[in-house]
Amino acid sequence: MSQLRVAHYLNQFFAGFGGEEMANTPPGSEGGPLGPGNALQQALKSSEDGEVVGTIFCGDTYFTENEEEALDRIVELVRESGAEVLVAGPAFGSGRYGLACAQVCHRVGESLGIPVVAGMHPSSPGAEQYRGQVYMASTSDTAVGMRDAIATMARLAVKLGRGEEPGPADEDGYIPTGRVKTEVHEKTMAQRLVDMVLKKVNGEPFQTEWPLPSMEKIAPAPAIGSLAGARIALVTEGGVVPRGNPDKIPSGWAKHWARYDISETDDLTAEEWQSVHGGFDTTKVNRDPDRVVPLDVMREMEEEKAIGKVHEHMYSTVGNLGYVADMKQFGQDIAAELQAAGVQGVILTGT
Amino acid sequence: MVPLAQSIGANRIVQGKAVTATTGDPALPPEEEKAFRRRLVERALKSLQSTPQDQEVVWGEDRG
Repeated sequence: MSQLRVAHYLNQFFAGFGGEEMANTPPGSEGGPLGPGNALQQALKSSEDGEVVGTIFCGDTYFTENEEEALDRIVELVRESGAEVLVAGPAFGSGRYGLACAQVCHRVGESLGIPVVAGMHPSSPGAEQYRGQVYMASTSDTAVGMRDAIATMARLAVKLGRGEEPGPADEDGYIPTGRVKTEVHEKTMAQRLVDMVLKKVNGEPFQTEWPLPSMEKIAPAPAIGSLAGARIALVTEGGVVPRGNPDKIPSGWAKHWARYDISETDDLTAEEWQSVHGGFDTTKVNRDPDRVVPLDVMREMEEEKAIGKVHEHMYSTVGNLGYVADMKQFGQDIAAELQAAGVQGVILTGT
Repeated sequence: MVPLAQSIGANRIVQGKAVTATTGDPALPPEEEKAFRRRLVERALKSLQSTPQDQEVVWGEDRG
């Protein structure tokens, strides 16, 4: 089998030019390996799979301050090296370097159409932003883990360079991409579920097939002083819409939300409203949509002056199967409208 | 679904009745159901009147 030609991206420090005082180094290249590239070379050569044909480097500050220009130049240098695969890093826990590795990989992959592998700690900003687009070896947060990082990166580079699909993230040592691959399993879903439950009750380790995405921490909005003058809005992911679903909110994978004028409505009746949510049995909600958007009691409290006002618009979408990124965007868009309208509090109902 | 609300980082969470009727309880007569709903809404509004230090979950005491 022919040897894979591998290019290696490093920052000025790992390339051996110096620390922060050299961080303004513009992009450049040298033939053969530098710094950790020697270990990469060894890993590739010992398996007779490939060789490091060139090292492309750039100072972290230079990269950050001249991103577009640096990326264009780096792509050019990788092209000139004739590499079939690009390996970047490992950057460990470094913020700027990790982001640079991720961006370089992303751009090189897009521009040159060759496989790319980065390496960094999962908490690196580069991993957070690009884990879905770039295979990244999961490394320790300091250079103590260099040996393992290089071994994982070399293995991934060879696999990708040979056109093979990497195995699951935990087996091949990369940061989960968030992509789900369909495969046929010898056991049915029910059997696997029971296996998992049994392991759980026996206190044995088990692995979920559907890990919940880990979320950033969100600072709570400050408390409302007095409810008596407060304008409160109703927002729902429960898919409550006027009968007939005029905005065609889908039952799952929603890509939009809708705003409904409820200023003349005291009660969400089954005659006029329905839920189009596809993630639960909507029979009960369709008999009385207040079961997911509590407008009737909000009106009652408004009447009693327990709250200032129910906001004129109710916002609705379907959360079922929605992508977190889409839902986050919906939330930001809706919140911006509510804020502009002087809303102080929101009751957001989910199912 | 409280665990889901927790996983996405919601800070003020009030447990509803069920996935199929978050702010209702179809087993109750209409007037009692509305009173149940009102208690849930009051809990939600109350949680808006303080700033939680961490995720705050108000579990429903009359969840059946």
